[in-house]
Amino acid sequence: MKILLMGNPNVGKSVIFSRLTGVRVVSSNYPGTTVGFTSGFMKIDDEVAEVIDVPGAYTLEPTCEAEEIALRMLETGDVVIAVVDATNLERNLYLTLQLLERDVPVVIALNMWDDTKHRGVRIDVERLEGILGVPVIPTVALSGQGIKELVKSIPAAANSRISMNSRDERWAFVGKVVDQVQQITHRHHKWTERLEDASVKPRTGLIMAAAVLAASFYIVRFIGENLITYLFDPLFERLWLPVLMKLSNLAGGGGFLHDVVVGKLIAGEIHFVESFGLLSSGLYVPFAMVLPYIVSFYLILGILEDTGYLPRLAVLLDTAMHRLGLHGYAIIPTLLGLGCNVPAVLATRVLESKRERFIAATLVCIALPCVSAQAMIFGLVGKYGGGYVAIVYGTLFLVWIALGITLNHTLKGLSPELLIEIPPYRLPPWLTVLQKLFSRIRGFLIEAVPIILAAVLVINILFVMGIFDYIADFTAPVITGILGLPKEAVIAIIIGFLRKDAALGMLALSTLTVKQLVVGSVVLSMFFPCIATFVVLLRELGLKDLLRSVGIMIFLALIVGGALNIILPDFHIVR
Amino acid sequence: MVKTLTELKPEESGTVIEIRGGQGLVNRLNAMGVIPGKKITKVSSMFMRGPVTVQVNRTMLAVGFGMARKIIVEIDREAQ
Repeated sequence: MKILLMGNPNVGKSVIFSRLTGVRVVSSNYPGTTVGFTSGFMKIDDEVAEVIDVPGAYTLEPTCEAEEIALRMLETGDVVIAVVDATNLERNLYLTLQLLERDVPVVIALNMWDDTKHRGVRIDVERLEGILGVPVIPTVALSGQGIKELVKSIPAAANSRISMNSRDERWAFVGKVVDQVQQITHRHHKWTERLEDASVKPRTGLIMAAAVLAASFYIVRFIGENLITYLFDPLFERLWLPVLMKLSNLAGGGGFLHDVVVGKLIAGEIHFVESFGLLSSGLYVPFAMVLPYIVSFYLILGILEDTGYLPRLAVLLDTAMHRLGLHGYAIIPTLLGLGCNVPAVLATRVLESKRERFIAATLVCIALPCVSAQAMIFGLVGKYGGGYVAIVYGTLFLVWIALGITLNHTLKGLSPELLIEIPPYRLPPWLTVLQKLFSRIRGFLIEAVPIILAAVLVINILFVMGIFDYIADFTAPVITGILGLPKEAVIAIIIGFLRKDAALGMLALSTLTVKQLVVGSVVLSMFFPCIATFVVLLRELGLKDLLRSVGIMIFLALIVGGALNIILPDFHIVR
Repeated sequence: MVKTLTELKPEESGTVIEIRGGQGLVNRLNAMGVIPGKKITKVSSMFMRGPVTVQVNRTMLAVGFGMARKIIVEIDREAQ
């Protein structure tokens, strides 16, 4: 049996989904599209049923790709659970009515039931059931209230005998139903509602946005740094290092195999970043340098996503984003890009036009360092002082703005306009926040760790074979002449194609001045995105636009790197 | 009095009487609850022709400036 969870966006569909299915959840893309959905399993009377969290839709007369997919998925379901936001009955009933007109049994989950009381809404559930002819179950997905009853009602799901001829008729019917079952009592504004209004008013809104973004940034750094200092570093230094040293002694302290597996000894010691062996840097970089920031970044992003703040940010930044040829909603791929460019490029699908998607994807790939790259920048450059990190970020930010404005002026067309729902603030549903966090961490570990290990292996082998020297000599005029980096840095740029964290780790190998580290970090961030991003970029943009994007990338990385090399003083700190 | 949504002042409310746009725009707005006959209240607007935030029923929506100009509203009498 296949159960579909359907409803408007922001009605708590995903939370009900987590309540029904528990942990073993699969996220996938609808074939041939990038519209994602999640599926899992649940038990009803000893029978296993598949549960699908269908993308949110406002109507079954599709106005966007997600709604088209929702409509197509509807054909495959055996039962539909229509999730309705009880505090916003009227608008939600429109889609529900369209579902009831179809030839499929429906149960209605009247979600956010607890919210109705303090929002002054009273709904006569029995009467609603009577009118619609299907079970209606009040639920509070956050606390789990009503979920058992919802499960029990699934076998009682019924085909409604409602049929409508037009949109106007449907809205008129919705209006009548609402008049009959809903009573709204006037009451004073609650403080959260004042906050909701204040956060979309220009002045108060911008102050709040600055505060939220600053706080998010500090919390991400705080959690990340503390995880490194108090958990991952001690684990590696106290537990793993002695094991590695023993292994190194066993292997005779040198030789090809030793250097590949354990890494080169530096002054007789294993150095977790610079030794560059499979079991030293190959594990330390993903686990102790990047993973802590993956955890902290996605925790905070998940909270921002689920409290309903991001749409407000989109409204506030809309005017500014139009200057870059985008609209406010592009802030979502932008924030995602600071985590990983892959989901960011996929998220550009929320933008309507091809032009917008090209601008957004190009900006993400060139000017937004992913969390892996950022973790390495903090690790390598940060230890010489926050000022140097600020130069890297400042440069990338300027590139982001300048490139956006340029693309907006040179590409034909206009940026389309914003039209989004702004959901009320809600406490983040911790269950879904944690589930999302775990699946993102698992995704990172499954994808990143093997690639980093492979990169370390390949680098070691190529290094021994002397191929790097050949390449380095060949590219020296550009790398040394323009960027002022040692010629070996070209290896880091090549590795950057595999993964940014492994590449930035390479910079630790050669003796670079702080200035060179700053230039190297900027160039590596801007140059080719990693291979995973490259693949989705090709799929999203097509070959022609990908080549255009890559052309801009190479050109800008060289120009900006070269300019930094000329402008920046020598800082006089030698490592 | 008839105004476009952009001309409404914050906190002012009225009734939607017309959406002067193509079928696509009408569809999208309808699905989100903006239909002729509905009461609409402006919450705020961002400066420099930024989006207009409105409340329709119990839904808060942000509508781009150009779109908002196509939504025609009759101002409530009693509010005047």
